[in-house]
Amino acid sequence: MINRIVVGAHYGLRDWIVQRATAVIMAVYSVIIAAVLLVVRPSGFEAWQGVFANGFIKFLTFLFFVSLFYHAWIGIRDIWMDYIQPVGLRLTLHVLTAAALVGYTAWAAAILWRL
Amino acid sequence: MTKVPIKKRPRNLSLDMLSRYDLPLPGKVSIFHRISGAGLFLCLPLILWLFSASLTSPETFAMFKAVFAAWPAKVVMAGLIWAYVHHFCAGIRFLLLDLHIGIEKEAARKSAGIVFAVSIPLTLILLGVLL
Repeated sequence: MINRIVVGAHYGLRDWIVQRATAVIMAVYSVIIAAVLLVVRPSGFEAWQGVFANGFIKFLTFLFFVSLFYHAWIGIRDIWMDYIQPVGLRLTLHVLTAAALVGYTAWAAAILWRL
Repeated sequence: MTKVPIKKRPRNLSLDMLSRYDLPLPGKVSIFHRISGAGLFLCLPLILWLFSASLTSPETFAMFKAVFAAWPAKVVMAGLIWAYVHHFCAGIRFLLLDLHIGIEKEAARKSAGIVFAVSIPLTLILLGVLL
């Protein structure tokens, strides 16, 4: 057991937990979607589209994408923090990463709710 | 203020030093976890574009299937499949370590070996099924 005096902010605990929670969601989704595709065996466009047009699958898939983007935010932010030392460049990369991920979230929603 | 003596050791390792350093198996799992994660992130626009194409119309679906059939694209898809599978397997190992399962040195080395023993055949199976 490590004894540290931790005062002030949450010291990244929330991000640490979110990283794991989103990982579990994505892992469970991967197994579920693999099982669904193995059972349905969609052969062409109609059947493939039908799988994702299902309301529950749509919900799960969107949940997967949101988990993926939040998970990616924490992971990529950590990479920038580890390797990019100049503050201005690092901040720029953080903003670009976050902006891209917010955009991807809207894109994923658009793809799914067109169905 | 007492002066703290500066330790004479490099703060950061150069790429040349890293390339000669024989990383233990758990270290390899870890760095491949980071590399695969970064690669998947960089390919997100491609992945979303493919996902969109597969669901939009029969024409775009045909294009999506054609991407899997074309050779240069096959290599990229193979890389993405490996990255996903490795990230998945290594991630499960990290989650178990977080739960303090298998944190002893021997157990951790063994589980690192298991990650590769599972991820590499699983990647090959998926390549066979999907590509």
